[in-house]
Amino acid sequence: MDKNEEKQREEEREQVVSPWEVSSSGKIDYDKLIDKFGCQRLDQSLVDRVQRLTGRPPHVFLRRGVFFAHRDLNDILDAYEKGEKFYLYTGRGPSSEALHLGHLVPFMFTKYLQDAFKVPLVIQLTDDEKCMWKNLSVEESQRLARENAKDIIACGFDVTKTFIFSDFDYVGGAFYKNMVKVAKCVTYNKVVGIFGFTGEDHIGKVSFPPVQAVPSFPSSFPHLFSGKDHLRCLIPCAIDQDPYFRMTRDVAPRIGYHKPALIESSFFPALQGETGKMSASDPNSAIYVTDSAKAIKNKINKYAFSGGQESVELHRKLGANLEVDIPVKYLSFFLEDDAELEHIKKEYGAGGMLTGEVKQRLAKVLTELVERHQVARAAVTDEMVDAFMAVRPLPNMFD
Amino acid sequence: MAYSKDQLLARLKDLQIEFSQYEHPAVMTVEAQAKYVGNIGGGLSKNLFLKDKKHRFYIVSALADTKVDMKVLSQRLGLGKGGLRMAPEETMLEILKVPLGSVTPFALVNESARDVALLLDKGFKAQERCFFHPLSNDMSISLNTNDLDKFLKSIGRDPAYVDLEANPAVGKDQPPDLAAFVPSGSTVLPDLPDPASAVQSAGGSHVNANNNCKAATEKAIKPAKDVQNVKDKSAKAVNPSSSFTDAEKFVEEILDRISAKLLSETKEGNIAQQGQELGNEIANRLRKCCYPELKNLATIFKNTAYTQGFHAGKASSLTQCPRT
Repeated sequence: MDKNEEKQREEEREQVVSPWEVSSSGKIDYDKLIDKFGCQRLDQSLVDRVQRLTGRPPHVFLRRGVFFAHRDLNDILDAYEKGEKFYLYTGRGPSSEALHLGHLVPFMFTKYLQDAFKVPLVIQLTDDEKCMWKNLSVEESQRLARENAKDIIACGFDVTKTFIFSDFDYVGGAFYKNMVKVAKCVTYNKVVGIFGFTGEDHIGKVSFPPVQAVPSFPSSFPHLFSGKDHLRCLIPCAIDQDPYFRMTRDVAPRIGYHKPALIESSFFPALQGETGKMSASDPNSAIYVTDSAKAIKNKINKYAFSGGQESVELHRKLGANLEVDIPVKYLSFFLEDDAELEHIKKEYGAGGMLTGEVKQRLAKVLTELVERHQVARAAVTDEMVDAFMAVRPLPNMFD
Repeated sequence: MAYSKDQLLARLKDLQIEFSQYEHPAVMTVEAQAKYVGNIGGGLSKNLFLKDKKHRFYIVSALADTKVDMKVLSQRLGLGKGGLRMAPEETMLEILKVPLGSVTPFALVNESARDVALLLDKGFKAQERCFFHPLSNDMSISLNTNDLDKFLKSIGRDPAYVDLEANPAVGKDQPPDLAAFVPSGSTVLPDLPDPASAVQSAGGSHVNANNNCKAATEKAIKPAKDVQNVKDKSAKAVNPSSSFTDAEKFVEEILDRISAKLLSETKEGNIAQQGQELGNEIANRLRKCCYPELKNLATIFKNTAYTQGFHAGKASSLTQCPRT
């Protein structure tokens, strides 16, 4: 191994971002990630363009740079301007019943996109993936998929424009034909290179990537998009999913389809700090959608990593370290009012506001959010899930 | 409509239940009751009206001598260590329709008590007769447990006798042995006169659709000194099968939320101007803060309507004979 390779290996070792692992020795360096993956920064001019085209204020996640990277978003917007619609595709790997706020982020943003652009949406529940990677039984992963579907529906998707499907239920027919087309275009070596498979990994894993790739192609959904083979697709997702879609974009032109466009988000930090993703297996690393107001307040007070100083005097003098402060970070995700957030950052950064006050404000914001979600979740019946998951036409999907 | 003592006694006679009745001055404790009926043969009962953290209610009726450990009972029901409390007096009146000192299994005859669980001491079975208050503590009636069972079955209850003194281990491999007694529907309390804090039921529990209350709201009952905080918590428990399927209830739900926000905004807002300007200011703030909440509700309404239509459509195409 020569000197350059060694150096590159070392750099890569410090930060790991893949669909199955996100970790870093320090803070995640998103600029490096954009460079490494080869996607584009979502700059202010694009956000302004979205605002112009949709005629409404851009979503808080766009204004605050939560969704910060993209591929070909400009092409989607160009086409949209000319009257060409597109559809949205996002998904969830149902590995646990407990959903936390980090899981909701892409769905909240996708709902905004559906409302703002008035386009249809397909949501893939990769129960097969979790069955394989997490070694769940088929029944358990299917059950989790349905449970997660309820929380997803509770995010407010419009049933007349949304199709939710689970791989175990839907794979077959036109979908499977596309899977085979994609699979034929990706060599074993390539897939090992992208996803890091080894000789010990079972063949289920190796043949999974096409399943996540083909919802990007409208012909996979003949009941929705028949006759619309050139409908474009926009995929909102977290940036760790990029490898799947790099592969998809590589294959698309070879089988005669548009490359799907992507709009990617950063990770929602854990309560304890920015060194990685929230983990569904550590209950105190995250705020769950089932948490009560009391639990939310408790978790924030006890576990949210504070950038404030150790004593009130020191804090008044030096102010808070906004770089590492979690409450402010969370507020930047969920506090709608730009002016209020600026005010808090200014005062807290200068030492005028104390950690307790910021945490209190955060607790209020998150409680409102979670309570609204719980109301909606309580209204989702099994029949409603059946309706969202039924293979049915959506005649009003562009209305 | 609350059952009265006389109505209960008449009903017992109708059911041909054999009982003896003894009038005495109102008694608030078993000791006081014992002064009047203690030396007539039969077991005196002590009756506890309890509630758990999720506002479910229980009557525990035991022989006066049976030791009832609330902590143990709580664990055996699967409510954790401190899950059971004495229910406050207002709930006794609202749900059991009896005043303090008159708790009795017979209170379950009231419709309002239909979700209250009943635990009976197996010690009753060993007695020839047992004493209970017939909805009023100025009388005691004694009857055999078989007759009590007859009454309970007549109101649709399955009488179950439990060893209340037992203290079985509860853990990972030993599930709580009384868990089956925990009511599955939450009790819906009718509107109370003073504003109590509105509490939201956690997602997942489906409230019983069959209730006559205006809007199915679940309110936390707190003792008189601990009062309300309507300001921020305007979220209420929502019954999916009425607020989102009935246009009237839906509109009421919306107006409730708007009023709540209106109140909170006028308290918090920096209102310097008066009159017209005030009106505009409030209207704007209201629009801003109500929009996401109301949009959420409207989407649920739409999705619910579609779901019902979808299933109706499926069912109607199944009932039509396919032509070959």
